[in-house]
Amino acid sequence: MGLRGQAAIVGFAEFKHERKYNGPRLFTIEQWSELTAMALDDAGLQLADVNGIACTDIRESAMFAPATIVEYLGQPVNFAERIDLGGASSVGMVWRAAAAIELGIADVVVCATPALPIPSNPEPRAIDPRRFFQSSSNEWGSPQAEFEIPYGNLAQNCGYAMIAQRYGAQYGYNEEAMAKLVVDQRQNGALNPLAAFYGKPTTAEEVLASKMIADPLRMLEIVMPVAGGGAVVVASCEVAERCRHRPVRITGFGEHLAIKTPTYAKDMCDTPVGPASRQAFTMAGLEPGDINAAEIYDCYTITVLMTLEDAGFCAKGEGQRFIMDSGMTHDGNFPLNTHGGQLGMGQAGAAGGMTQVVEAARQIMGRAEDRQVSACDNVYVSGTGGIMSEQAALILQGG
Amino acid sequence: MDLVKPIPRPSGTTRPFWDGLNERKVQIQRCDGCDSWVFYPRTRCPSCLSDLLIWREVSGQGVLYTYTLARQPTAPHFADETPQQLAVVELDEGVRMTSTLVNVEPSGIVIGMRLQPYFDQVTEAVTLLRYQPG
Repeated sequence: MGLRGQAAIVGFAEFKHERKYNGPRLFTIEQWSELTAMALDDAGLQLADVNGIACTDIRESAMFAPATIVEYLGQPVNFAERIDLGGASSVGMVWRAAAAIELGIADVVVCATPALPIPSNPEPRAIDPRRFFQSSSNEWGSPQAEFEIPYGNLAQNCGYAMIAQRYGAQYGYNEEAMAKLVVDQRQNGALNPLAAFYGKPTTAEEVLASKMIADPLRMLEIVMPVAGGGAVVVASCEVAERCRHRPVRITGFGEHLAIKTPTYAKDMCDTPVGPASRQAFTMAGLEPGDINAAEIYDCYTITVLMTLEDAGFCAKGEGQRFIMDSGMTHDGNFPLNTHGGQLGMGQAGAAGGMTQVVEAARQIMGRAEDRQVSACDNVYVSGTGGIMSEQAALILQGG
Repeated sequence: MDLVKPIPRPSGTTRPFWDGLNERKVQIQRCDGCDSWVFYPRTRCPSCLSDLLIWREVSGQGVLYTYTLARQPTAPHFADETPQQLAVVELDEGVRMTSTLVNVEPSGIVIGMRLQPYFDQVTEAVTLLRYQPG
């Protein structure tokens, strides 16, 4: 079952992630053009080579996003997917692109997640009251509108906090381990010129002194919203042979969804990344011990802790000890989120998960400069959408 | 900004649950197809897809599955409740629901504690099911 490793990431592009963005304002479709041009140039390909795209939503059109994008780019395609998996969208884009390529319906697919601010509207609309509810749906008939939002259970922080509290009740909660995770990732991020926290490492004391937002989660354990965005080009291995970099073959993937609101998870401490990762490893024929670097979706520290366990890098309940005992910087014995993760780069909306994909490709291509992991051939990537609602995993291998 | 707190808008499917709360009763669905309890209310059972869902009154009692203290309002509508004592309650029947904890200080909240319903009539038409130690 699954991929045969005949599609590869051949190029990537990434905007600098910044808390205060002062660059030119571009519409989403314009940012799509920028990222496409940058990523194709990186790969050594032309627009005319492209015959597939994978996107998320765009600000300029609530419907028909793929058609709007290909018209704007000026390039017809045979394969177009709009992915609605929140932070798991980037991982979801890459495996869908690989599957389309192995099916023979496309051979160059651009996957992009632009997330810079768009130009301000000269005719601003009235404030949409739905914005208060963020990623929770207050639409008529929505279970969240009826059974979550009236109690105040909405947006992301409190959901992740309740998962973390439950984890603590079952397995114990070690604040110092969570702080070390942030410290190690920020140390990686401090070496990444595209990260919002470039040159700004932190300390465990600083993390533990940061404001409690929703118990037990503190501010520095939660991603900071930033402007940013990224893209990758996925191509067939035939096309990859004429590209400029070492091909990053997509050899395994998995995706799993069960709930929208964690209240209804069968077991709040058994996350969807478990089945997704098991499928990905089986497909690739690898074990967690074969991985040289892990780029794990990190909207919150608890997400990383539970992914380490459920993906099989350590036993259930042992994650905090694993974090304390492992060197998780780029030169440690378990290189984790070598770009700083989103805790180090900042989170540019749904583009957040693309940073993990791009960094995995960068490491396998050997282009990570100051934070290059030595002999990096096999990388695990995860994506997380909603509140541990939808999770996806990739195994990427050097070609 | 004057913000009205969001309240549930019952549908044909869910109305018996809210009507029950207005009468200080907790009613949830039970599936006659597979003998499982169902929450939130649905048209078909999420275990077996049977449509034989029967409303039954239950005690409403349960245990605290997890909670958090939201120290920043989750939306501006809830600013007066800071810190919001958000909770997931597991009823004795095994189903879980989202609620908030009342009549308890943060220091008194322990996962696994027994809880009982606190019927909070928030408008003429709507009663929310909050929970208190019990």
